[in-house]
Amino acid sequence: MMHRSEKVWLILSFGMIIGFMLITGYQTFALEMGPPSYGERIDPQKVDETAPFDNPGIKKIGENEYEVVMILQVFSFTPNEIEVPAGSTVHFTMTSKDVVHGFQVADTNLNAMVVPGYVQKITQKFDKPGEYLVLCNEYCGAGHQMMSTTITVK
Amino acid sequence: METVIKQTGKTQAFKDKANKVMGISLEDAKITKSYLSVAFLAILLGGILGLLQGLNRAGMLELPAWLNYYQVLTAHGLLLVVVLSAFFTIGYFYAGLSHTLGGLLPKVRKMAWIGFWMKIFGFVLAVIPILMNEASVMYTFYPPMAASPIFYIGLVFIVLGVWMCAFGAFINVASWRKRNPGQHIPILSFFATGVFVLLFFGSIPVAIEVFTIIPWAFGWVETINVMVARTLFWAFGHTLVNIWYLTAVSAWYVIVPKIIGGRRWNDLLTRIVVIALVIMNITGGFHHQIIDPGISEPVKYMHVFMSLAIGFPSLMTAYAMFAVFERTARKKGGRGLVGWYKKLPWGDVRFLAPFIAMAAFIPAGAGGIVQSTNQLNQVVHNTMWIVGHFHLTLGMSVVMTFFGISYWLIPYVSKRMLTPQINKLGVIQTIIWTLGMIIMSGAMHWVGLLGSPRRTSYSTYFDNATALSWDPYLFFLAIGGTLLMIGVLMQVYAVFYLMFFAPKGNTEFPVAEVEEDEAPTPRWTERWGLWIVCMIVLVGMAYVIPLVDFIVNAPPGSPPYKTW
Repeated sequence: MMHRSEKVWLILSFGMIIGFMLITGYQTFALEMGPPSYGERIDPQKVDETAPFDNPGIKKIGENEYEVVMILQVFSFTPNEIEVPAGSTVHFTMTSKDVVHGFQVADTNLNAMVVPGYVQKITQKFDKPGEYLVLCNEYCGAGHQMMSTTITVK
Repeated sequence: METVIKQTGKTQAFKDKANKVMGISLEDAKITKSYLSVAFLAILLGGILGLLQGLNRAGMLELPAWLNYYQVLTAHGLLLVVVLSAFFTIGYFYAGLSHTLGGLLPKVRKMAWIGFWMKIFGFVLAVIPILMNEASVMYTFYPPMAASPIFYIGLVFIVLGVWMCAFGAFINVASWRKRNPGQHIPILSFFATGVFVLLFFGSIPVAIEVFTIIPWAFGWVETINVMVARTLFWAFGHTLVNIWYLTAVSAWYVIVPKIIGGRRWNDLLTRIVVIALVIMNITGGFHHQIIDPGISEPVKYMHVFMSLAIGFPSLMTAYAMFAVFERTARKKGGRGLVGWYKKLPWGDVRFLAPFIAMAAFIPAGAGGIVQSTNQLNQVVHNTMWIVGHFHLTLGMSVVMTFFGISYWLIPYVSKRMLTPQINKLGVIQTIIWTLGMIIMSGAMHWVGLLGSPRRTSYSTYFDNATALSWDPYLFFLAIGGTLLMIGVLMQVYAVFYLMFFAPKGNTEFPVAEVEEDEAPTPRWTERWGLWIVCMIVLVGMAYVIPLVDFIVNAPPGSPPYKTW
């Protein structure tokens, strides 16, 4: 019932899907490029009293390495206005105090959902100096379009 | 007793014949006419709201406080994603069931009407709080954002109405199978069975979600499990997407070959595509949660496979469609490696619209494969890219197929004829729609890649240079949106002209035959019970681990928030 050309087509199709799988798997597990998946739980109504979110801000943790503890709430990021030197690796640790938010930094691959009740982590190396736009990319209410800040890389 | 059965058998055989010769019965026609009327009114309203958003995103229009961007967006989504798709799908397949199974049973007809009014009632309930700005939560209504409880009660009625129609279809198909032992369900009804199986099983998760939300929205329960709600939503959300897609695919396999004067693709392979899409669909929803917290990387990786697997039957379809086109065109004397394309009826809107719809699925499907892959998803998740993607899939592949269907289905149910003028209008409409969608969706993809977020009213983010650099691309949303609005008006005019004013006559329901020398399809394709079991097993594999984890290791829940 199947034409030769159809068999070839389907083998190529199947091969393409498997190719995607292999590359994705290699990147995820060997190169540690997997999507943000941190899963620690937190009481979303007690964020301010729970470490490390009782002390949000930026902290130097090594040579060219920083940790940013960040709280997302309608309609702001705390801390806002972050500054790091070029070449820094920045680890973001985030949670939400109210509804679901999104953490996205334009011109980077930083993109993570921040859900109340969960701690989310994501890391990025900033090589190029400039001002990076941080914005909320999950609709969170009337002021959603204002929810933004910047990361300055010097 | 036996004679009674024989006689009812005979009456049914007579009805089957009458149906074929005289066209659809008036009672069955009324059901489809009503469903399609609602579908196209939803396009009209949803289209107007869409234009308002396009103009806003281009920075050209500030929406008033009494009808803000997020109200408009919630209503646009509900009208086009839920109302248009559900009403068109049911109207189309009920006509298909009536045509291929010898008319609807009186009981089923009644169920279709009960379902119709339940959905309308539910929709009105859901829209009232949206208009009052009490439900600006989008059609995804992620907790802990909480809308007015009325909104969720409305959704319950919509789901119940859909179930009513799904059960109606099952009853009609089962009754036909009993009357025709040993026979295959006619191909269009086979597609319908698949679609209604998915509609029923796919909406169970969202029904559970809404039933947990209602007591919480009323304040009877203090908190809600946010991740469980989100996961249940997407088990439904992506299935819905594939339901419209499967509806469009049914027309590609069954209707379009007849319209171009050919025969349809191999019956067995067609049925395998339906079965594969039914079994593998529900698990695909998980790729909406690739960058969510609380789901481990191995689970996410398994889901990439489950999502990509859905691509395989679509790739089978891609081959089948072009093979049918080539075969038909060559039979008509087409020559050359690609020269045969000249023999296809390009001036016939019933072919042109679904053809462009299929062609659009090449980039749309490729985009889908790309963005359901973990790392690539992270680049585009919740950006305008996604909006561009589903305007290509839903707005072109699905909706243009629906448009193409309307030019014969509406004359068929209204016992009228497609006039050359309306055909011409349809061709022009198809071109305008295509241009509008390419411009709009193209710009959305590109600006999304640059970082512009979806579901966000116009914002320069305090005159941020990066955000300002998106403006030129966003301007194309207004241009595309305007073209699409013109397309909507032309299409709605054509629909209601064909329904009420076109010259009377008999229009055929175009169902293609298989090739003459085709081997008979094996019986195992009819084992729907087995396909449903396979589907449930796969859903279990996909969802048991994350859901159990979200429930057993749940963080303290969230109270309701109204943040708008």
